Amino acid sequence: MTRCLRMLFVASVILGTGCSRKPGLVPALKPTAFGAALVESSGGKQIGATGMVLAQPLVVQVNDDQGAAVPGALVEFSGPGGVSFDPPRGLTDSSGQVATNVALGGMAGRYQLTARTPTKAQKPVELKIEEIALGYQQQVGYQLDDKFCARCHNPESSAERVSNYDNLEVKPHAFTEGDTLNKMSDADLTAIISHGGPALNKSPLMPPYGYTLSKTEIEALIAYIRLISDPPYHAAGVVYAQK
Amino acid sequence: MRSSKNALSSLWQTLFGHPVRAFGVVSLLLLISLAIAPAKNHFSEWRHYQKQYLSLIRTRGDAVTLQRHFHDGIQQIWLPQLGVVDRCTTCHVGLKEASLGYVSAQPFRPHPVIPHTSDQFGCVMCHRGQGAATTVEEAHSSTLAWEQPILPARYVQSSCGQCHRAALMGTPQLNTGRNLLSRYGCVHCHTIKLADGTAIKPTDDPPSLEHIADKTTREWIYAWLKDPQAYAVTATMPNFKLSDPDARDISAFLISNSTPIAGDTEPVSKEQKAPDPAAGASLYGESFCASCHAVQNAAGNVVGGDVGPELTRIGNKAKPEWLQAWLRNPRIYDPGTAMPHYRFTDQQVPLLAGFLGNKTDSDLLANVHLDAATPEQITHGKLLVTEYGCASCHQISGVKKPDNFAPELTHIGSKALTQIIFLPGMQHTLPDYISAKIRQPRSFGSALKMPQYTFAPVQIDALTTALLSLTDRAHDLPLSLTVPAQPPSHYQPAGKAGQLMADLACFSCHAINGRGSDMAPDLTWEGSSVQRPWLQAFLKNPGTLRPALIRRMPRFNLSDSDITELTDYIMTVYQTPAFDRDSMPSSGYPPAQVEQGKQLFYSKYACQSCHIIDTKVDKGYIGPTLTQVGSRLNAAWIYHWLKDPQAMRPGTTEPNRNMNDEDARALTAFLIGLKSSGKLEANK
Repeated sequence: MTRCLRMLFVASVILGTGCSRKPGLVPALKPTAFGAALVESSGGKQIGATGMVLAQPLVVQVNDDQGAAVPGALVEFSGPGGVSFDPPRGLTDSSGQVATNVALGGMAGRYQLTARTPTKAQKPVELKIEEIALGYQQQVGYQLDDKFCARCHNPESSAERVSNYDNLEVKPHAFTEGDTLNKMSDADLTAIISHGGPALNKSPLMPPYGYTLSKTEIEALIAYIRLISDPPYHAAGVVYAQK
Repeated sequence: MRSSKNALSSLWQTLFGHPVRAFGVVSLLLLISLAIAPAKNHFSEWRHYQKQYLSLIRTRGDAVTLQRHFHDGIQQIWLPQLGVVDRCTTCHVGLKEASLGYVSAQPFRPHPVIPHTSDQFGCVMCHRGQGAATTVEEAHSSTLAWEQPILPARYVQSSCGQCHRAALMGTPQLNTGRNLLSRYGCVHCHTIKLADGTAIKPTDDPPSLEHIADKTTREWIYAWLKDPQAYAVTATMPNFKLSDPDARDISAFLISNSTPIAGDTEPVSKEQKAPDPAAGASLYGESFCASCHAVQNAAGNVVGGDVGPELTRIGNKAKPEWLQAWLRNPRIYDPGTAMPHYRFTDQQVPLLAGFLGNKTDSDLLANVHLDAATPEQITHGKLLVTEYGCASCHQISGVKKPDNFAPELTHIGSKALTQIIFLPGMQHTLPDYISAKIRQPRSFGSALKMPQYTFAPVQIDALTTALLSLTDRAHDLPLSLTVPAQPPSHYQPAGKAGQLMADLACFSCHAINGRGSDMAPDLTWEGSSVQRPWLQAFLKNPGTLRPALIRRMPRFNLSDSDITELTDYIMTVYQTPAFDRDSMPSSGYPPAQVEQGKQLFYSKYACQSCHIIDTKVDKGYIGPTLTQVGSRLNAAWIYHWLKDPQAMRPGTTEPNRNMNDEDARALTAFLIGLKSSGKLEANK
């Protein structure tokens, strides 16, 4: 009996160590320095696609209380279910920065990511970063926006694409202007896209696209506008308890 | 020992000692065993999910509707034509319930809006996995009997590519991946055949190395072979991780194997004055070289087009005499180049060559010191060139292009996991294998020949997506379900004009009859669109139609006879059958109609959003400037364009206004009056 027990004990020890080895594969990172603040360098507010890696890596910087970059500090990334980071944690380089490639989850929507760095006070500082994932429908809307709308509705200019925004007497609303666009119903947006500005007593500088875009395309465009609006858009009507 | 034997025999006696007792025990056992199956069914995973779903919807306002849609028991989508037997909807009960949009818990989430329904195609066509399974483990993961796991969401666009061969608006990742397969020349070595039997063609056009000694030095070849991206960050040539002696021997072979082309190696003429960098730079700008070539600026950003090679360090590469010969006429060195024959004057060539020659990086070749090549080195170099399959991409005299140099990838998307050797620590899935292979090919064995590419993570995912779309199913699908790509156009303009157009490489920017690039306007119906004198003047000295564009038509210093040749051809051949170009007059419209057109332009149709007709008032930047449109466009073209722009030029941004005849005529009358003088004809 005692022999049996002893064998069981040995077996469980072997099994135990065998299993506990697995987490050991990830090398533990030891910070050599601690910062006091965490700031975003680049890669926030990107528009990506569901499940896919964002085009630009997310780069954050650790600073000390004087605002100077801290090399060798530990930064850990986390996000809601389905989001993955490559790498999920890292030590800051000589310029105090850590970069990670972010793949968003499978649902279209906004994703709030968190970067965290431990401080000397043992109370970690956190930085919230928001990214947007487009589903298939919003992706189509994004492409249509890029082709037909963005030249006037996006005030940002580049040498490759000069914005027409400044040339217009009546300024179009950027699609992120949630304060204005969230008040418009889907039917209103469909009307103004299909029949142009005058359909809602607005400027005729906005031409009608009802004979150029199909019904599905206009729906896709609206789905995209709803997703990127800031503040976020919540559909009117009863919102049922979430589970 | 003895006591346990006794206990067993007494147990036997108790149970089966008496025939009646034995009968009772056996019946009981039988009953229990019969109950196992129903119990297993009752406690099955899917019942658990269905119960959860019912309790989830019970409290909602739309519970009645949702309950009516709900069906108890195992659900199945059976599509015999596609070989689909999917029971996924047994657990994924809320797939079609758009009102569950706020539910994020699986398996109750509604499916995002896509152009297909599960009734048409089932689930595994897009998501892979085991459709017939009724447990989560078996349906989603790979098991011994079924090895097809669920496809991660990041590669799901690959499934669209099984049927859709053409680029789709909603699948940018797949489109990018397919472009990369051609642009980075993957298909030079790996054959990829499509369902229709055609093979994917490369689009990278690697240069021939038969005359390379004319163009560059052995030192540059050595440095390039060691690290192509050190010369140009945008270089598509991969890094073969060659050792120093191997790079030395290959460069020795390539130089010794090169034959000169007459004219390329002529020394620079002495009478040419020292190049003026400022004049060279402005010629570079005026010629719109940046439309095709990029240069890395001080901030490290690569600015310019990607049709031609990056020119950041061109002075390190090109020999000055070759550069001049190339600028004079690139077609002598490379007859098929995408670079136009610019017809630079003898004064312009050294200016531009001097400007480009100054683009150097003193560090690039600083540490390259090569002794004269020995015959052994040259022989070894040729051996290496054959072994690494250099001739798969480059033309090299004396080395035959190898057939099937690398494994064919026609069915890579369905490759069986049992045929794959995974690396330790790697997830055993096909997408992980493919992306690891692209990321670091030599990690699978240092003796492997596949070189190291410099891809960003997004590009690796895009390539993996494109490769995963090459499934068995993509080849076996019924023809009625496949959506083929536009067949490639081999349009070739005829005669002397055709030769001229090839010399000027018009197709590098313009498309005609489906062939060419989309950088500049499609010219398929150009003859119906423009007026002859305007075209002649434009070819002589291209002005700008779109002030906001940085890519414009360059000036080619064409001779008058060349211009007449091109104009004749365009005006005669590129005519649309949709209307007669002489069906509307170019002047003589009643002033009232012209005035009505002007009103329509500014008020009803608000064309000034995008177009300029009066530079003092209008600012619209998107469409072409229309200040002199009456001298440029044909009246019938304007009319038909206004009626339906997409019919005249598919894909144009101008929206279709569904304009009535009267308005279209009035606008035409107004626009055609905007002649070169800039004044309205009616006002004269």
